[in-house]
Amino acid sequence: MAEKEYAYYGGCSLEGTAIEYDMSVKQVMKKLGVSLREPEDWSCCGSTPAHTVDHVFAAALAARNLAIIEKMGTSTVTLPCPSCLTVFKRAHLSMMGDASFKREVNELLDEPYNGGVTSKSTLQLMYEDIGLEAVAAKVTHALPDLVVAPYYGCILTRPPEIAQFDDPENPISMDKILEAVGVKVADYAFKMECCGAAFGVPKREMVNKLTFKVLSMALDAGANCIAVACPLCQQNLDLRQSQVNSTMGTNFNIPILYFSQIVGLTYGLSPKELGLDKLIVSADALIGTRITVEELAQREAARKAEEKAKKVKPKEDDTKPEES
Amino acid sequence: MDALNLTSSTDSNFIEQMKRESGQDPALCYQCGNCTAGCPYTQYFDYPVSQIMRLLQTGQKDTILSSKAIWLCATCETCTTRCPCEIDVARVMDTLRIVARREGKVSEKNIKLFYDAFLDSMKQHGRLFEMGTLLSYNIKSGRVFTDADLGPKIMAKGKIHFLPKNIKGKDKVEKIFSRFREKAKRHG
Repeated sequence: MAEKEYAYYGGCSLEGTAIEYDMSVKQVMKKLGVSLREPEDWSCCGSTPAHTVDHVFAAALAARNLAIIEKMGTSTVTLPCPSCLTVFKRAHLSMMGDASFKREVNELLDEPYNGGVTSKSTLQLMYEDIGLEAVAAKVTHALPDLVVAPYYGCILTRPPEIAQFDDPENPISMDKILEAVGVKVADYAFKMECCGAAFGVPKREMVNKLTFKVLSMALDAGANCIAVACPLCQQNLDLRQSQVNSTMGTNFNIPILYFSQIVGLTYGLSPKELGLDKLIVSADALIGTRITVEELAQREAARKAEEKAKKVKPKEDDTKPEES
Repeated sequence: MDALNLTSSTDSNFIEQMKRESGQDPALCYQCGNCTAGCPYTQYFDYPVSQIMRLLQTGQKDTILSSKAIWLCATCETCTTRCPCEIDVARVMDTLRIVARREGKVSEKNIKLFYDAFLDSMKQHGRLFEMGTLLSYNIKSGRVFTDADLGPKIMAKGKIHFLPKNIKGKDKVEKIFSRFREKAKRHG
């Protein structure tokens, strides 16, 4: 690890409806020896609503925070929320690429932003800075019954010029992290198909229809839960799952966990510490199957021994000459 | 497919304005339809995104600005990612929303109301107050029971705050709003 301390911008959702994302990221980072520093008195990034008003205005709302982070003397900020992330990255890149845009943005601010901050999603931080080997090294527990469909949502890796991370069509970072901690993942075609984003309130039915597709595809791929890295995706898939059921006449009951919660479970952290009790669709039955890696090894050894015994048995009764 | 009405006069000022504000050149679009093919929202759009691009090439200002499509776009960036002409299509849609808002031509009133409730909350507290935003939207839209079914679920989990949390520098955030408004007024 090049750097062990990062600025951490959780964003508004992580203080409210996505509190379990915040809890689990902090717990997992602690285990990984990474310290996270919250910028003093940060404000909302402006998210989707601000960029329907004006590009300079939207960038200024993000840049107020970038300026605060710049003063902290930490060059990298990690953001769990892809919406905050894309707003930060876009503001930074637009300001660095265009001096007059930068001037206009800074004119709206008390403290100017000079361009000294790199923004990375928490997923990117784990995948690239910490690395799979270090992520895997902390595993003490196994979740043998989990089959996870990693769901990336639309903007974690898009557009590539802004996201500068993973693949814009077929991202694999979350798959790799989950595999590194020993969890089975299911591949499917809808891992980036938009969940309906911020339209849940004004266009509920539309969002329900879009999430219906994601839930169906994940189930068809053999998954029994979905891993997410976005508070809005989580909300649309989990909190609104009952609405999907009533709108579409389905009977989904699929737990939607933050990838950090799954990683935390394999690190032996308690479901309570990881905020698993905050999920609307309960993951308790799946989590209940958690065992230690030693237990898993014993189980595996027993299974192999049993298989071996089965293979040997017919040979004993076999009167025919052995075929080679 | 419906024929588009291109008989109304082409507004070349609008084309120039859009080029300037979005930083994109709509003339580069050769109508391959890749953007529409990947658009998760196209079934809800009145004009598929590739037709919005065509309308823009021909300067059909009123048709575009009063379209539902520009407000139903979620900026998922699929179109931008896949455009073979390297047009930032989502940026074009974003800029169209900004212009429509500025000119008071908003076809999807409730979407704008929701965005405004969000921004008001941010301006007031420095951070988003989720509960307040939803209630404000419900009152202003007249759809008072929006997501009422979710209330008990989320309250039982203790994930929603009933009182806003003001940041110390909320006046600084408010200043960003007011400076922007002043600047917008100066430039008309």
